[in-house]
Amino acid sequence: MLDVKGVVKRFGDNVVLNRLDLTVDQHEVVALIGASGSGKSTLLRCVNLLEQVDDGQIFLSGTDITDPRINADKVRAQLGVVFQHYNLFPHLSVLDNITLAARKVHRTDVAVAEQRGMDLLRRIGLEDKAKAFPDRLSGGQQQRVAIVRAIATDPELLLLDEITSALDPILVGEVLDLVRHLRETGSTILMATHEIAFARTVADRVVFLDGGRIVEQGPPAQVIDAPTEQATRDFLSRVLH
Amino acid sequence: MSLPTDFVTEVEQDRRRYRRKQTTRSVLISAASTLVFAVVVALVLANSPGWAVTRETFFSGHYFQLALPAVLKGLWLNVRILFFAVIGVAILAVILATLRSLRGPVFFPLRFLAAAYTDLFRGMPFLIVLYLIGFGIPALNPTERIPAAVLGTIALILTYASYVAEVLRAGLEAVHPSQRFAARSLGLTHGQTLRHIIVPQAVRKVTPALMNDFISMQKDVGLISVLGAVDAIRAAQIQQATTYNFTSYVVAGLLFVAFSWPFIRLSDWYTARLRRREQSGGVV
Repeated sequence: MLDVKGVVKRFGDNVVLNRLDLTVDQHEVVALIGASGSGKSTLLRCVNLLEQVDDGQIFLSGTDITDPRINADKVRAQLGVVFQHYNLFPHLSVLDNITLAARKVHRTDVAVAEQRGMDLLRRIGLEDKAKAFPDRLSGGQQQRVAIVRAIATDPELLLLDEITSALDPILVGEVLDLVRHLRETGSTILMATHEIAFARTVADRVVFLDGGRIVEQGPPAQVIDAPTEQATRDFLSRVLH
Repeated sequence: MSLPTDFVTEVEQDRRRYRRKQTTRSVLISAASTLVFAVVVALVLANSPGWAVTRETFFSGHYFQLALPAVLKGLWLNVRILFFAVIGVAILAVILATLRSLRGPVFFPLRFLAAAYTDLFRGMPFLIVLYLIGFGIPALNPTERIPAAVLGTIALILTYASYVAEVLRAGLEAVHPSQRFAARSLGLTHGQTLRHIIVPQAVRKVTPALMNDFISMQKDVGLISVLGAVDAIRAAQIQQATTYNFTSYVVAGLLFVAFSWPFIRLSDWYTARLRRREQSGGVV
């Protein structure tokens, strides 16, 4: 499904991704863990074509999306992205936020798009907020709306970039429940996270990044509970106290 | 320890008494100072040696009535010019702001021209633009007569478009980049992102500044009188020239104030509302 091959990304002299290889299979949930600056977010931004890679290739369903001749907007339309700070559109109602891509990018009929939007809102228990503006919602509600906005057009791959970092512990729970639900419905997810406990319960595979490279990867029971690399052990001991 | 909420404790009652007293005090002080100020101004004016003559020359009821119809008729021309100028400014300013926001080396000439334009017209006094357009364009083709009102409208559009373009550009840049990322991530194209996400937010941000530009345009429209178009100011000048009484200028001035007043209030109200929405609650 997603195939990252030898990707390099530099910001000035700083090498953020250093010949990184990673694959994500269909219906797989992969959690990227690692310290700040280890390249988690940059990798997601490269996959989403918000950043240009400096070398290597990224394949999405067999297509090389780093090829400048492809239509980047079409690629992004197949991906769903959720950001740390929700990035909802403040001038649009909750429902309009969710249906925007369907209406403008996929040219879905407005009634159909709104029907689907309301279904999704009902699923996360926010149907009464459909006409409200994002600033009237709590952080957890905003992030759930942002997730629903990302999945409203059935993307092939969902990218979650530290989606709980801006939330307090009580609100984190409701957002993670939603991600768990997405996993059960068969979404393919690549996420960067600081929530080690969550990565353990929801991810099929945990990938530990350090210095722009994959140091260790495998099932959570292996990487989190029985890491073999010293760098992984150091990181986990700092995060898990 | 659960008191009904409509019960007010002694501490809160004391606070309220104190605040009421403070409010009353403030109102009394400001009323007194206003009164003193008015009395001083009245005394100074009434005791000026030329006050009787000045009053007759500038504030004569007779000449006020005499000048009013002609000046009102002139103001109607100002209103019409303003109407067309606002439309022209809106179109030209959006074009200029868009040109200046274009990225990529290909667009350098357009970006440069737009920047040069806004620099030139923001720096040049409006009166000079008026003279150059008003007397320069007719000189190009002396056989055809273009009405002064049309030339004045063009000058007004050229000058104000440069101000408004800069305000719009600032608004576009004030929308956080994360909004663009979010929109592009959904698959929206650059153009769609601009139209559905960036511009609507930018316009909300700069509405108070745009209203301010509109208010200043409402009175600058009177400057076209220097080209000979019979607007409110020109009409007042004609009155003054025939009667040797300056009341007509006061008439024109008051009419301009009355004309722009609703927009000034609207702009204040809107700005205050924006501020209230941004900081809900709080006493400072």
